[in-house]
Amino acid sequence: MPVNVKSAGLATTVQDLGRPGYYHLGIPIGGAMDRLALRAANMLVGNDEGAACLEAVFMGPELEFTEDTLIAITGAELPPKIDGEVRDTWTTLKVKKGQVLSFDYLRAGARAYIAVAGGIDTPANLGSRSTYAIGALGGVNGRAIQPGDVLPVGNASVTVSEGTTIPANLRRGPDKPAELRVLPGLYAHRVSERSLDRFFQDTWKVASEADRMGYRFQGGAPIEFVDREPPFGAGSDPSNITDACYPYGSIQIPSGTEPIILHRDAVSGGGYFMVGTVISADMDLIGQLQPHTETRFVKVNMHTALSARRERAAAIENMRQALA
Amino acid sequence: MSSRYTFGGDEHIFVEVNEEMSLEAFFKALSMTNAVRNADIRGVTEICPANASFQIKFDPDLIHPDDLMSELKRMEEIADKEEAVLNTRIIEIPVYYQDPWTHETLMRFRERHQDPEATDIEYAARINGYDTVADFIQAHSASPWFVSMVGFVSGLPFLYQMVDRKRQIQVPKYLRPRTDTPRLTVGYGGCFSCIYSVRGAGGYQMFGITPMPIYDPEQKVNYLKDFLVFFKPGDIVKWKPITREEYERNLKEVEANTFSPRIREVVFSLDDFNRDIDGTNAKLLEVLNAG
Repeated sequence: MPVNVKSAGLATTVQDLGRPGYYHLGIPIGGAMDRLALRAANMLVGNDEGAACLEAVFMGPELEFTEDTLIAITGAELPPKIDGEVRDTWTTLKVKKGQVLSFDYLRAGARAYIAVAGGIDTPANLGSRSTYAIGALGGVNGRAIQPGDVLPVGNASVTVSEGTTIPANLRRGPDKPAELRVLPGLYAHRVSERSLDRFFQDTWKVASEADRMGYRFQGGAPIEFVDREPPFGAGSDPSNITDACYPYGSIQIPSGTEPIILHRDAVSGGGYFMVGTVISADMDLIGQLQPHTETRFVKVNMHTALSARRERAAAIENMRQALA
Repeated sequence: MSSRYTFGGDEHIFVEVNEEMSLEAFFKALSMTNAVRNADIRGVTEICPANASFQIKFDPDLIHPDDLMSELKRMEEIADKEEAVLNTRIIEIPVYYQDPWTHETLMRFRERHQDPEATDIEYAARINGYDTVADFIQAHSASPWFVSMVGFVSGLPFLYQMVDRKRQIQVPKYLRPRTDTPRLTVGYGGCFSCIYSVRGAGGYQMFGITPMPIYDPEQKVNYLKDFLVFFKPGDIVKWKPITREEYERNLKEVEANTFSPRIREVVFSLDDFNRDIDGTNAKLLEVLNAG
């Protein structure tokens, strides 16, 4: 059952849980920026949790369905409309053949996930349908969707009752100000102690350069570096290192001014020092930050990072139970 | 030499073999990543060697970060004893230096450059003490280069010049990165040369362009049929300066899918290289140019 793309939204891409295993060649894992929301959308239509969905950022697409099916919208508060009638997010919705899904304006968050029963069935590259536009992999011919595209959909296997919903307490979005927990490390020793404390005290704001590759932040104090003789190969700027790998979630601060958190479509390496890494449990939150959102970086240790990770796993399990 | 170990959040361990770039640091990082691969440790999901460091991604649900850290530190002792010898290949890459496409691009971004009055290659020649651009091209293309890292985006190789340190070319990156770089630009930043595998943003100086694709997501290019990325760490590269006519001819061959790069198998020993750099390079080029 194909879905016709009538309008594309801002940058709507096919995403699943990504393609691990090729980061050493500069091909990032990719996949949904908010993985919990993608899983939830799939659960609501009876798909495997990792089935491919559409990820819409800030603005939704317009899609026409060619058969009766189930859909669900999760993640950002981007209210769906079926033939113009506003419907609920985080809920199993029925659409009929010929009906059109469109969206109202964004109320909260940044990225909405649109699941269709059976999953989007565009061809997989390197084991994933996730769109990685820089490398022309996945999605529709390696790019975001465009008006006129016809998206193939797989066969639905399980049916879910219309109106099934994820309880509000199991949904997750950033607080105000947003708090991202960070494990300091990597090249944090390049920064003076006072400056590192300041980094965690300041309130930052999401800059306009915020996409699947990385989120840039502004508004905090510039970094004070520890003096050094530049190591051979690193470059003369105090923020330079000999080009190395970048962890997902790592926070680099080129020239010590604007921190950048690398996300699912990260560049795999480069020549800027990193002050620490956002813990795995908080990566989903970044995908829901709008430009200008006030954000604080909260210093945590490994113990806290691991318990937060267990809490996230438990939350997904609770979601499964709630829908079982 | 003792490495520095640090966590990148709860899913990565980052190991800096040395702050400085050197072939010794590269070989040790490569040997440690090989040891990790061979050990087949439960929970390890990605092994990424870099120039003088490496990174391991893992699933902390399957192995505790501290346990993996201890295991990696044990492997350093093994790697220290390993002989730095590599069975690898040497590849000839044609380069059209000072081509019109990178020229057009660099002119668009002059205000982001250290020396807006000069081109990137004129600037690089001057600050490295070469009288003419021709002398600089000779220096860039005469000796072989080591692929010391693959990454950034889509199979982009970082290349390290195989000469003693005082002869190594060093050029700063642009003051602010460009938003555009032609596909297959041969670039330079710090002590590394690179080939931009795809079009996109970049901060390296632009010297020229190669007609030879090095990344093909469709895997149609004859020498990329088995895998979409051409380079791997440890490859050795020799740049071959070509004219516009040769570039156009190569491009036609690429379009007809008949272009095939000159590749020869070689054995590289770091000890032999350090004993006699020019002699080792001469032997490598002899193998490349034979037959």
